[in-house]
Amino acid sequence: MRRLSTGLGMLLAALASTAAWANPERWQLNMTPGATASSHEVYQLHMIIFGICCVIGLIVFGAMFYSMWKFRKSKGAVAATWSHNTTAEIIWTVVPILILVGMAIPATGTLIRMADTGDAEMTVKITGYQWKWRYEYVGTDVNFISSLSRDADAARRLGSGVDVTAIENYLLDVDKPLIVPTGTKIRFVITADDVIHSWWVPALGWKQDAIPGFINEAWTQIDEPGTYRGQCAELCGKDHGFMPIVVIAKPKAEFEAWLAQQQAALPDVSATAQTPAPAPITKS
Amino acid sequence: MAEHATHDTHDEHHDDHQQSFFMRWFCSTNHKDIGTLYLLFSLVMFFIGGFMALVIRAELFVPGLQLVHPEFFNQMTTMHALVMIFGAVMPAFVGLANWMIPMMVGAPDMALPRMNNWSFWILPFAFTMLLLPLIQYAFFGVGAGGPAGGWTLYPPLSLQGGNNVAFTIFAIHMMGVSSIMGAINVIATILNMRAPGMDLLKMPVFCWTWLITAFLLIAVMPVLAGAVTMLLTDKFFLTSFFNAAGGGDPVMFQHIFWFFGHPEVYIMILPAFGIVSEIIPTFARKPLFGYQAMVYATASIAFLSFIVWAHHMFTVGMPLGGELFFMYATMLIAVPTGVKVFNWVSTMWKSSMTFETPMLFAVGFVILFTIGGFSGLMLAIVPADFQYHDTYFVVAHFHYVLVTGAIYSIMAATYYWLPKWTGVMYNEALGKWHFWLSTIFVNVLFFPQHFLGLAGMPRRIPDYNVAFADFNLISSIGAFGFGLAQLIFAWIVIQCAFLGRGAKATDHVWEGSKGLEWTLSSPPPHHSFSTPPVINDKDLAHGDVTH
Repeated sequence: MRRLSTGLGMLLAALASTAAWANPERWQLNMTPGATASSHEVYQLHMIIFGICCVIGLIVFGAMFYSMWKFRKSKGAVAATWSHNTTAEIIWTVVPILILVGMAIPATGTLIRMADTGDAEMTVKITGYQWKWRYEYVGTDVNFISSLSRDADAARRLGSGVDVTAIENYLLDVDKPLIVPTGTKIRFVITADDVIHSWWVPALGWKQDAIPGFINEAWTQIDEPGTYRGQCAELCGKDHGFMPIVVIAKPKAEFEAWLAQQQAALPDVSATAQTPAPAPITKS
Repeated sequence: MAEHATHDTHDEHHDDHQQSFFMRWFCSTNHKDIGTLYLLFSLVMFFIGGFMALVIRAELFVPGLQLVHPEFFNQMTTMHALVMIFGAVMPAFVGLANWMIPMMVGAPDMALPRMNNWSFWILPFAFTMLLLPLIQYAFFGVGAGGPAGGWTLYPPLSLQGGNNVAFTIFAIHMMGVSSIMGAINVIATILNMRAPGMDLLKMPVFCWTWLITAFLLIAVMPVLAGAVTMLLTDKFFLTSFFNAAGGGDPVMFQHIFWFFGHPEVYIMILPAFGIVSEIIPTFARKPLFGYQAMVYATASIAFLSFIVWAHHMFTVGMPLGGELFFMYATMLIAVPTGVKVFNWVSTMWKSSMTFETPMLFAVGFVILFTIGGFSGLMLAIVPADFQYHDTYFVVAHFHYVLVTGAIYSIMAATYYWLPKWTGVMYNEALGKWHFWLSTIFVNVLFFPQHFLGLAGMPRRIPDYNVAFADFNLISSIGAFGFGLAQLIFAWIVIQCAFLGRGAKATDHVWEGSKGLEWTLSSPPPHHSFSTPPVINDKDLAHGDVTH
């Protein structure tokens, strides 16, 4: 009973606030507004369409429930015999078209902005593998594999006997997160090595498929430092549910320091010297 | 006088063949017997697919893996979809078409009765083949199990399966052959076997929606066959249609698949529109609003279904122009679909309604299908789809249109025509229980999945973060409630069809029923109309034939 009332309380709290959920929360009802300008636009678009659907739904269902309450045989209703009304039919064809145009305009604007990966200040290459991600900071030698955190990996086994609810960020935590700078337009080039995966962090406002043989592009610019969690979104085999994504956004200076440290810690420089380092894909 | 012409020449006994059980049920060329076989097959598949869904929901009841390995979980999601789509929904509609189209257009039988037998009898073999790897694995521990790459069979993942790839692909080929033959039969029957005076634009809407559906089937089933054949040769004959390393293109498979897949979605919903357009006027005692608009809207939806396929693929990295085109085209579907919903509501307006079980399911269909339509419209908006895609929001969306859409219409049709088929009234109280329990639990089951998807839970995962625990728990409770409620349905059908229990049904069955099928006896004679009936415009289901 107490659990139920806490649950209801959390549900009400979730309803009452549309606070920025960077990461999924219990009883979360709505999409996260996210941490970027794009994700805010997507959230607003989502709320606009949702609102329009609610209004149309109220009108249509309202008319239906009114009919069902009013025009019942048991209440002595007598059926009319008409079966067409040209004016009404024209109205309910034209008005929806206008509403759709109204929805398409902001959607088109947002899509065009999200598709524009130009002017990026840095590029990160993401490669999906069964069942982990590789991140490469293009223009540097820093690259690493990011996979499910060890405690979760042990706990998730069938019959592990571990209470998974006790594990913090269960299935949403990795051994090595992707570190990125805030206030920087970052271009991602996304591909896969074996099967199709999809790289998705809800707080960034998009997901992009990672496809073998293809290089897809996307971009983000995170304004607030923070930890943003996501998961692979395209079925990729038995451990599809166990390849999370963690992005940590740090202030630019901190990021630069981290990157330099990673670069310095690279064990063998000669290994990379054999293959020419990829040209930095920054502002051209 | 035409008004006085009745069809009482159809004596229930004069053509009641005395056939052995084997001859009647295995060698039948009779549209009603084959229709019955289709419907029973579909019911069995509905419970098999439903059982798989309950395995999924049981595993997702709480976080952590408790019951099945992830690989088996993936087999369950894959097989649940294949069994429900190809085994439950499509055969059920073909069964209804078999039973009803000859009776509705005033024909003695389907145009091609032997092919009709064949197209049904392929199905049990196709599904045995589809299910065999799973059965071997689950019950005998042999092999690696069924396909686990999702019902969409996306390569390269689907090609990582073992021999089950071949089983699945040949099963799909056989289902395709069956569907195409069924579709040819429907078209041949409707175009050639209508009674004199039954003009195309006087046909019941159910016949219209099935005619259009049949053309969709013929257009797209070969496309699916081509796509899966290329998968087969990629897997076993070292071709590289979809293998990037060999110069192939994994995204091309998705384009071909969804060129089939999107019309397939309408194959599963257009006949449902037809059924609801028959039932609502009957229980509203008022002609269907905008008959011709309904027909044209159906045709428009069918046309649009061919140019929207890539909205299933907004995240594969299409060029901007492609994304915009598919977004606009997809949004357009809302217009004819909206026309249909408005027409149903207008049919109810100023009518005189009663709410027997078929009407309850039809009204439930309109409301809940429309909710699925709204989420569909939201999914069409590309930037928003970047968030919704491949999440539980999508799962909620297509279950609203398929369970409370397609399946609800099949149940509505069953209650509506069961007295006609069996000559026995079903148990109305049990029918109402079935409706209310189903409707409550189906919403408990699928509505929270919208929240899960928006909060960030991907689909097709066997385990999840504790943040998703609460709504998954609720959803699973709904699933078991909905599953159990379907046992009532099975019992009602058994009572009528096998035990013959219940009040004797009149020929007319419903007070407001109109159309040729109600002029026949309940149950109807072996050959529906051995002499063409006389068509009176005012007796047609939709009343006013001029609009």
